[in-house]
Amino acid sequence: MRALDTLSFARHAASGTPLRTGLLVLAMSIGVAAVIMLTALGDGARRYVVEEFSAIGSNLLIVLPGRSETGGLNPANLVTSTPRDLTAEDAASLIQITGVRKVAPIVVGSSEISVGGKLREVMLVGTSSDFLEVRHLKLAQGRFLPPDDVGLGSNVAVIGSMIRDELFGRESPLGKPIRVGDRRFRVIGVLSAGGRGMGMTTDELIIVPTATALAMFDTNTLFRILIEGRSRGELDNLKLRVEKTLTKRHDGEKDFTLITQDAVLQTFDKILRVLTFGVAGIAAISLAVAGILVMNVMLVSVTQRTGEIGLLKALGATASTIRNAFLVEAAMLSMLGALIGVALGETGAAALRQLYPVFPAYPPAWALLAGIGTALVTGILFGVMPARKAARLDPVQALSKR
Amino acid sequence: MSLIELNGIERTFQLGDSQVHALRQINLDIAPGEYVAVMGPSGSGKSTLLNLLGLLDRPDAGKYLLEGRDATTLTAGDQAKIRSERIGFVFQSFHLVPRLTAAENIALPLMLSGMLPAERKKRVTAALHDFGLEDRAHHRPDQLSGGQRQRVAIARATVMHPAMILADEPTGNLDRATGEEVMELLEALNATGVTLIVVTHDQLLGARAARRLTMLDGEIVGDERKKTDARA
Repeated sequence: MRALDTLSFARHAASGTPLRTGLLVLAMSIGVAAVIMLTALGDGARRYVVEEFSAIGSNLLIVLPGRSETGGLNPANLVTSTPRDLTAEDAASLIQITGVRKVAPIVVGSSEISVGGKLREVMLVGTSSDFLEVRHLKLAQGRFLPPDDVGLGSNVAVIGSMIRDELFGRESPLGKPIRVGDRRFRVIGVLSAGGRGMGMTTDELIIVPTATALAMFDTNTLFRILIEGRSRGELDNLKLRVEKTLTKRHDGEKDFTLITQDAVLQTFDKILRVLTFGVAGIAAISLAVAGILVMNVMLVSVTQRTGEIGLLKALGATASTIRNAFLVEAAMLSMLGALIGVALGETGAAALRQLYPVFPAYPPAWALLAGIGTALVTGILFGVMPARKAARLDPVQALSKR
Repeated sequence: MSLIELNGIERTFQLGDSQVHALRQINLDIAPGEYVAVMGPSGSGKSTLLNLLGLLDRPDAGKYLLEGRDATTLTAGDQAKIRSERIGFVFQSFHLVPRLTAAENIALPLMLSGMLPAERKKRVTAALHDFGLEDRAHHRPDQLSGGQRQRVAIARATVMHPAMILADEPTGNLDRATGEEVMELLEALNATGVTLIVVTHDQLLGARAARRLTMLDGEIVGDERKKTDARA
């Protein structure tokens, strides 16, 4: 029998019993849809976490003052018990290192802001113009700190959206004077609402140039230096170069700590990926169940069509022709179920995204392929036994059955 | 050369504890173009003989030469090929596939043999015409009368132009008038040179055949030929 004829014969055979075929396709599609929905959930969770971290920048290198490793009794520890400051000059020196794209020193402190009699506690961040890009923040109004202001300490400030709402209401704060601590600042920009990262919201922040902040807090040391590398792959090399430069500046002593965002991110990524696989595996069980259903339906079909099988043999069908016809039918039903399942799963995932817009519940491509693949494989695998049973039927007995 | 040559064919079935001899020492020679009726009471082995001739069953002993070839030693695939090309079956209960139309039922053997759709269509159209089924081509079996169903079955049996037609009680499910029609159809085919072997327990029907075999308890006990038929 020609391949095309086998296909159309199987299609006719399947559509001959619409209820049974429909139920089988339904079971298969639910299995596939479950795989797709659950992996969409799992992968969505992974993406959500990764994106949260990426909000800080994924090719980010962070310099902290002080040693973090507890290295026992080290001669160096005895000589210098207090670490050297991480200074604004240290930060400035880093920009010359190859592979560094942006450098944002950070000074943090709390202060009081007052505008026209309204008073409020705020978190004050002193940094450079690169901060905006390093932290992937956006401006709602005005502009950010001017570049090349490491040493100058001009009195301009960028405020968070909540500060603006609370202190200025509907008025535009641009160009308005504010008082922070005992200094006067001019507002030059407002950050967009919803900025996140490093455990704090930027809505309640006030950002001023590094030098200004250092002067205000009367300190020399930076809280952090954020370094954005050119590419994620070079981060390890960059880390070594940064370490070398800073160690040299600190008289050969490594009294600072370098951490990459990547390491943390990768761990989360790995954990959640494994979780997604696990969830997909659980969903795949429903596909196995659907496979057993395929077998059951095909076995019933063989029994019901015994007379037909006998007839086909009498008309010259070989055992392999009959086996193929039944296998193709099983595969066809599984495929149909898989495709409907994909449609169902995608719809479900889309509905999820509609309900929770922050949650990126997109099923990964491998889940689609795995869902369809598993459906087909189980369908065919569980179709083999009934197909062989059909092929082996004794034509004389098959024909005598009516 | 004989079309069919049976030598010492034996066939036994295991029925519970007892062995049933369906066929005992059958020796038979059938020439191409013969019209043979196989008669006998039920259980006499008629159908078993027919199944054996149609390569649906294998003998336990003996030799079956079909067109000079030893059919008992053929592989299952070769047997299927012979069934496809040389043998047409007509059954008492028609055995039409209920979900397929008359035309599709007739096309089944052609499809199974791997014939191209265009050629298939030509043959089916011709067959529908020959058997007066043109206006029934797209009806499914449950929309056809008994006579029409058996005509579709006969069209299907002959669409591959087989050397012989094996009919098992072809009129058993039909009224007398329709049965008569069907027999005339089969006999007309026989007149064109196709060997016709009909199993029946109907004496009147058997009497129409040029050669009558009578079976009893798995043995051929009678082999009569009509004198008027010189060909036999």
